Amino acid sequence: MKIVVCIKQVPDTTEVRINPETNTLIREGVESIINPFDLYALEEGIRIKEKTNGEVIALTMGPPQAENALRDAIALGCDSGILLTDRSFAGADTWATSYTLSRGIRRIGEVDLIICGKQAIDGDTAQVGPGIAEMLDIPCITYVKKIDEIDGEHIRARRMMEGGHHLIEGSLPALITVVKEINEPRMPSLRGKMRAKKEEIIRYSAADIACEVDRIGQMGSPTVVEKIFAPPARDKGMMIKGEPPAAAAKLVSELKAKGVLL
Amino acid sequence: MSVIIDLDKCSGCGLCAGSCPFEVISIRSREDDSEPHPRFKRYARIEAGCTLCGACIDTCPLKAMRMEKVEKKERVPLKEYKDLWVFAEQKEGEVEEVSYELLGKGRELADKRGCGLAAVLLGHNIASEAEKLIRSGADRVYLIEDPALENFTDEPYTQALSWLIGEEKPEIILMGATTIGRAFASRVAAKIWTGLTADCTELDIDTERGLLLQTRPAFGGNIMATILSEHTRPQMATVRHKVFKPLTADPSRKGEVIEKKYPGKLTSRTKIIEIIKDTTQQVNLSDADIIVSGGRGLGKPENFKLVEELADLLGGAVGASRAAVDAGWIPYAHQVGQTGRTVAPKLYIALGISGAIQHQVGMRSADTIIAVNKDPHAPIFDIANYGIEGDIFEVVPALIKELKK
Repeated sequence: MKIVVCIKQVPDTTEVRINPETNTLIREGVESIINPFDLYALEEGIRIKEKTNGEVIALTMGPPQAENALRDAIALGCDSGILLTDRSFAGADTWATSYTLSRGIRRIGEVDLIICGKQAIDGDTAQVGPGIAEMLDIPCITYVKKIDEIDGEHIRARRMMEGGHHLIEGSLPALITVVKEINEPRMPSLRGKMRAKKEEIIRYSAADIACEVDRIGQMGSPTVVEKIFAPPARDKGMMIKGEPPAAAAKLVSELKAKGVLL
Repeated sequence: MSVIIDLDKCSGCGLCAGSCPFEVISIRSREDDSEPHPRFKRYARIEAGCTLCGACIDTCPLKAMRMEKVEKKERVPLKEYKDLWVFAEQKEGEVEEVSYELLGKGRELADKRGCGLAAVLLGHNIASEAEKLIRSGADRVYLIEDPALENFTDEPYTQALSWLIGEEKPEIILMGATTIGRAFASRVAAKIWTGLTADCTELDIDTERGLLLQTRPAFGGNIMATILSEHTRPQMATVRHKVFKPLTADPSRKGEVIEKKYPGKLTSRTKIIEIIKDTTQQVNLSDADIIVSGGRGLGKPENFKLVEELADLLGGAVGASRAAVDAGWIPYAHQVGQTGRTVAPKLYIALGISGAIQHQVGMRSADTIIAVNKDPHAPIFDIANYGIEGDIFEVVPALIKELKK
């Protein structure tokens, strides 16, 4: 089986803040990492490869520096890494990103299974996985928490839903997105790390993957960020002082006075 | 917008590269490129992955960077697109609460835009739900019934809605940011090449430009972004549960149910073998008026009893921070926050939860927040209406005693 795992290099976010004067992001030495949800996708891809004697390729779109994320993926057990990089990809939203990745996957050719993490921690959209599936015209199962069966033709997987899950069967090729319940990602092996250093990362430009220029980067992106701003602060409340019994009594009387508790 | 670097000014100093949150600015040297730089040996270049956040622009000491509007052309004749649609998500024949919440907001937006509000109902033997949608604000309900639409599967749903969009040309479509909505909206937007914004927490109409202003948190809630889809239609957005409020159903409201038939056969390459309900997941956090949540400060799983006791006493539900769930003290279904549930109860009590931004985004729209924590600097106190600095094992029993009085 030929498996492609789509990964994204993201800022180790949640540390990213906004400069209130200029309304721009402040990076403050935040490191780049593989999107944590993609680690589950990589692990699942590597496990299927090991079981089926297949091949697993890590794929990303990003700047030349994103090569590091691909090397990390190889260290974990991927056979190779492909970087889609081109200045004309800059400014891509989820639509243009889905398109570009789908072109990369077409270039790889004869892929049986594509695995993505359920979403990236910087954007949190969960839109790129299903977007790729539509553009490749293949079935898609999102939020997979377990693969019960997979062979060259079919997949049977459990999709997490609110209040339970669906057991779904589909034909391959297909795309799945995975949640963290699916596995426990491994650490890179020493041998893997050695190989990751030496392995050549394949780079494709927009021309290499035959992109239509008005569908990539900013030109191909239907959405545009109009502005960014710091979230509105909630008014600072009241700190209740005193020994626990007194503080508890004060709190309860406050809540009753405000009608929060009857 | 596009970030433009004026190569006549750029010296390749690298300050912008250091400021880029996404590390997508590379410093090139003349030898790297076939087109050499006119003046300097080094220069900056924006690479794939740029999100146009603009963080680099102010860092440039030579004022060589600027944001420039990129002229895009209309992908479709924008004027032909009218009306606001809400996708009425149904599971086992019943429309989800989030769809009624979207009709509530949709009514307000449609009135501001001066357009109609329609619900789109896809399913099998579900016509009875249409009246409820009208009572909750819809002027019209588009109904497509087909055995292939009984339960959500990605492909037939995408075929049906994409076709209906082509027929009726809505200007805006809102969907719940549920498991179904996120997959479905993404697939439709990909198919028809339109803009989609996930997890909006605020929606408004720019009346001058006639555009939907889609505001959402990014970076785990650290920043907010307002997003537009200017040149494509419909403008699509998903919204989480409990962000907006439904209208009170009005039995006297009249509306039209328009039955549509998909021309052709709806096909799917996936099928649902079984629908499994998981009772441990049926923690009714979303509907609870009062939620008592426990975090790392509880120290061990047994101590969740304290949280449960307080929740029982108040008639509330039990929530948890990610730390408590990751430690295995309580099932994931209880998790509140970015990777768990978003809740908006009347009262939220955070016990031993420091209140990382990821937790805050899941609960900060609660009407009243109470926090008990040992650490006076815990971020939860920044958003709490009432805070008690102290040991939860002393404060909570005292609180229980007081409430029992």
